[in-house]
Amino acid sequence: MKAVFIRDVTLAFRAGGGFGLALAFFLIVVILVPFGIGPDRAILARIAPGILWVAALLACLLSLDRIFALDYEDGSLPLLATSPLPLEGLVLAKSAAHMVVTGLPLTIAAPALGFLLNMQAGAYPWLVVSLAIGTPALSMIGAFGAALTVGLRRGGLLLSLLVLPLYVPTLIFGADLVRRGADGLSVTVPLMMLSVITLGAVALMPFAAAAVLRINLR
Amino acid sequence: MSIWEYANPKKFSATVTPIIPWAFALGLGGLAVGLIWGFFFTPDDYRQGATVKIIYLHVPSAFLAINAWLMMLVTSLIWVVRRHHVSALAAKAAAPVGVVMTVMALATGAIWGQPIWGTWWAWDPRLTSFLILFLFYLGYIALWEAIPDPDTAADLTSILCIVGSVFALLSRYAAVYWAQGLHQPASLSLDAEENVADVFWQPLVLCMVAFGILFVALVLLRTRTEIAKRRIAALEARARRSEVRV
Repeated sequence: MKAVFIRDVTLAFRAGGGFGLALAFFLIVVILVPFGIGPDRAILARIAPGILWVAALLACLLSLDRIFALDYEDGSLPLLATSPLPLEGLVLAKSAAHMVVTGLPLTIAAPALGFLLNMQAGAYPWLVVSLAIGTPALSMIGAFGAALTVGLRRGGLLLSLLVLPLYVPTLIFGADLVRRGADGLSVTVPLMMLSVITLGAVALMPFAAAAVLRINLR
Repeated sequence: MSIWEYANPKKFSATVTPIIPWAFALGLGGLAVGLIWGFFFTPDDYRQGATVKIIYLHVPSAFLAINAWLMMLVTSLIWVVRRHHVSALAAKAAAPVGVVMTVMALATGAIWGQPIWGTWWAWDPRLTSFLILFLFYLGYIALWEAIPDPDTAADLTSILCIVGSVFALLSRYAAVYWAQGLHQPASLSLDAEENVADVFWQPLVLCMVAFGILFVALVLLRTRTEIAKRRIAALEARARRSEVRV
């Protein structure tokens, strides 16, 4: 499991693409928003938490198909599947690698982009906390979608259609956590719900994704 | 005699073929009676006027939009556990009917909402849940269409349906938390103290039953068609094989 994890992370860093691309996409989406909305600082401050969360979600989505598709194409996925490592463990390792490569940089970069959107000072710690808790769920749910579409030639668009509805609860609680943080309200409920979603996804999604992978590798 | 006998596609087709025309006649007839009764023989609501009559389309379609998904969930579970092909095909057959019901509930709701709430759309928990349900239906149908091998498609869509159900439920409660609503709470519950008045209630229940029968008829018909399509594909494959051999 550790070897798969390290292999995936190294591949993402060295072979280029995956790592920088998601971050650049995140940056561009956030920069485009003021062009669409107008430079009114009050409006930007109000929508900043939601925009940052939606942009992070889209950036995460962008790199999802890399979790399994590359290994499927060069034939290493069936080899990994027949190794002694259970398929559930493989899914977990690969989604953890996706999280480190995509979710973690987004979490670290998000506060810097918060300045661009004139986000309120109180929201910054909660933005980092919510993304740190929420992105594992995004990676786990996304791994399920990636496993569903792994055998398909043009799976990319279908993948977004399948995964985006599954992201709704995470987005609602994640963005609400930041918004409440910005307004100085109590954040207990969204914080707990977001944690519940992440823990549930980490605990259960590997089984769903592994079941789907078994079907696709049949 | 058990219900699993109908897992045999031939037996299923033979049984449902005589039922389908009767189900259509009963469903359409019931719907005609219910709608005419509702549209012309009930009084206007004292606040909403004639606008209230859209209830005879709105409530049954919303009711079926959810129940079609539930039916897909049950048939998907049966497919995953017992691998009966008819079950998987029934789930496939129900999805487009379900999506039409969802769109109808959303559209009639918008038409109803415009004069009464003054807006076509509000980000109300119920409306939002239905919109998300619509997206789930779309993803489910798209996945069926995308995979060429029927057994793989059945397996993958079943798991998507099961996982999707969990997330649809989660989204529904997340949406309740996220926004305050304009939509009234359920007004047809058996345990509620105050329900819709009897004059409106009777044709409404008739419409719901008729919609239900119509849904059954459509799903049976579509399942039978899917079975026939599967058989044609098998026969064609066999014909191609024998050609190659000759």
